[in-house]
Amino acid sequence: MNNVPDNKDFTMTTSGREGIRGWLNPTRYGWERVSYWLQRLTGLGLLIYFIGHVYETSSLTNGINAWNSMLQLTQTLGGHLFLLFVIGASTFHTVNGIRLIFTESGKGLGKPGRPDYPYHAASLNYKQKSGIWVAILLACIAMLYGGMVLFGQGG
Amino acid sequence: MGEENKKVVLKVFRTNYNKNESSHYDEFEVPVNRWTTVLDALLHVKSYSDTSVGIRYSCRMASCGSCGMKINGRPSLACYTKISELNKDVIVCEPLSNFPRIRDLVTDFSQFFDHHKKIEPFIHNDLVPLDIKDKDDLVEFEQSPKEVDDYLQFSYCIKCGLCYSACPTVATDPSFPGPQALSQTYRYIADNRDNDKSTRFNILDERHGIWRCHFAGSCSAVCPKGVDPALGIQLLKGHMMGFSKNDKKVANLRAKNKE
Repeated sequence: MNNVPDNKDFTMTTSGREGIRGWLNPTRYGWERVSYWLQRLTGLGLLIYFIGHVYETSSLTNGINAWNSMLQLTQTLGGHLFLLFVIGASTFHTVNGIRLIFTESGKGLGKPGRPDYPYHAASLNYKQKSGIWVAILLACIAMLYGGMVLFGQGG
Repeated sequence: MGEENKKVVLKVFRTNYNKNESSHYDEFEVPVNRWTTVLDALLHVKSYSDTSVGIRYSCRMASCGSCGMKINGRPSLACYTKISELNKDVIVCEPLSNFPRIRDLVTDFSQFFDHHKKIEPFIHNDLVPLDIKDKDDLVEFEQSPKEVDDYLQFSYCIKCGLCYSACPTVATDPSFPGPQALSQTYRYIADNRDNDKSTRFNILDERHGIWRCHFAGSCSAVCPKGVDPALGIQLLKGHMMGFSKNDKKVANLRAKNKE
């Protein structure tokens, strides 16, 4: 009895691809996956900021009043929180980006060798992982300072 | 003795796409010991509860790579995952993500193997004729232990597909070769018997090629054989950009000087 169809007959299969859902739940695979997720998220956020920033500065062409009313938007609570996100996102994206320039060039990942049980991946070492922690820490410090300036006296 | 009476609930993803069945989960109570693996538990279900559960397995010792599946949301080999190590009373078994599903826990590996074949996973060497008629045409290659170490860990790949399932790039781009094929490319490039880097570089240096990897490291986190595909891929990128020290070039120059 041979009921096994060949590959072409698997018409009822679904692709099984996770799609963008696969980017979510970053905690399943460790710090590198968290960094991947944050790098994408901050990158998208900064792109949105960049578009908004170009729109904001282009209001200058409509005169000083238009510029001033646009500037008022950043003086609201929502505007301050958005700027705080931009400070944190740009700091994390820059520092983690520098880490990625090194790791994606094969630097700081260790050398291939004979794997022994229980296998530990050389590339997931603490040297490059610490770059993620430093990026998160610096982003937090930058946001803290930014928050003090924005919400402090005269903010 | 009390340990032998412990039971866990095995929640198994069920469907049959060839019969248009909608997907659902079936729950089975399975007795477990300290050494019971998820595969043992699934085989217990097949023997005593429901013979129709579809699984693929063979060696039961993490050598064949057949029993890959998502166990509690993480790609793992069922024969290599002890239930006691999961520390859960409910074990969820699902088919590997990023693979077309066939039935229950069985997935279709055709596309995965196509990516593997595309990178030409064999040694290219001009000195060796492809069809050897006379045994005197056979060429012997000298390799030092250091030169073997450069690629050995990548040759331990069992093609289980766990890295392919965990990769976030594969999740959105079917044309991306995936961690397995990319790390195997490095395996041949790092091998000093191979002397055709440019062919493989041309295969990978394209829109959906190696540059789509952004070092999420998930492939290396799930690899059951210590292959560390992420390391191979990043070293390969380094070679392609000319950053890495080219050990092979140095070895070839030394060999030429010897002559």
